[in-house]
Amino acid sequence: MATMNVNPTRMELKRLKNRLTTARRGHKLLKDKRDELMKRFLDIVRENLELRREVEAALIAANRGFAVASAVMSSEILEQSLMCSTKSVELDVSYKNIMSVDVPEFSFSESDGHSIYPYGYAMTSGELDDAVDGLSKIMPSLLRLAQMEKSAQLLAQEIEKTRRRVNALEYVMIPQLEETIRMITMKLDENERGNLTRLMKVKDMMIREQMQKGN
Amino acid sequence: MYKLAVLGDRESILGYRTLGFDVRACENEEEGSDALHSLAKEGYAVIYITEQLACRIEEDIAKYKDSPLPAIILIPGKTGSLGIGMKGVHAAVERAVGADILADA
Repeated sequence: MATMNVNPTRMELKRLKNRLTTARRGHKLLKDKRDELMKRFLDIVRENLELRREVEAALIAANRGFAVASAVMSSEILEQSLMCSTKSVELDVSYKNIMSVDVPEFSFSESDGHSIYPYGYAMTSGELDDAVDGLSKIMPSLLRLAQMEKSAQLLAQEIEKTRRRVNALEYVMIPQLEETIRMITMKLDENERGNLTRLMKVKDMMIREQMQKGN
Repeated sequence: MYKLAVLGDRESILGYRTLGFDVRACENEEEGSDALHSLAKEGYAVIYITEQLACRIEEDIAKYKDSPLPAIILIPGKTGSLGIGMKGVHAAVERAVGADILADA
């Protein structure tokens, strides 16, 4: 691991030691964040998978219904029957904060009162009724799926980001700081030893000089 | 107030109008990506796209992956599910965990 390019001074050493403690604390916090995010993410993703399975099955069934209906009825009548809707959906979005990730929450309100079928029964086939019925039943799940899937995507992104940070701290930042601190300590110790021997040498020389004068 | 929209080929999206969703029929990828971007700009919170269309405009969809809105959700079209929607969920797992740990679940 390469050391940083710094001057081996006491001041630098103190600065680096501070940085190392900050890095260690940050690393621990980020690791905790990553673990908690992962926990939430897995819960969401499991529900997401289940919902998707359910919704897809229902939608495929509904599509089949529409296909049969379009075979039985003329396409103009089918188109006309589904042209307008009796309902209108109002969607409300609020944000929920999961570990500092803002995920949307959808809630919807339907204008109610009418039947779900926007057509009279005279010209249409029963399969169409079934298909429309199935579709309107799956609607809450469809919205919930949207919320879950978006949450999963956003959390996945955040986890990826956090994991990178954790790894960068763990495998680059912290070892580098440690290595540099060790390098500076060695250098300083070496200087200290050098200084000590110099002093001893000078002392020796002074004593010898004095002994020569005495003679 | 936010709105919902469905994108896809004419026959697949016919029924969604009865739910009160806005539907946009698009027959080719150009129409699809144009419609997608304009819907996103108009403040639609959830956009459902048929897999048949989505697999041809993947890049346009990927642009909205990391922003909170709109949520773009794939649904099976008239010819059934292609499994792309499911794959999307597994891709999210892989992105987060590093490996798809729910693959067999």
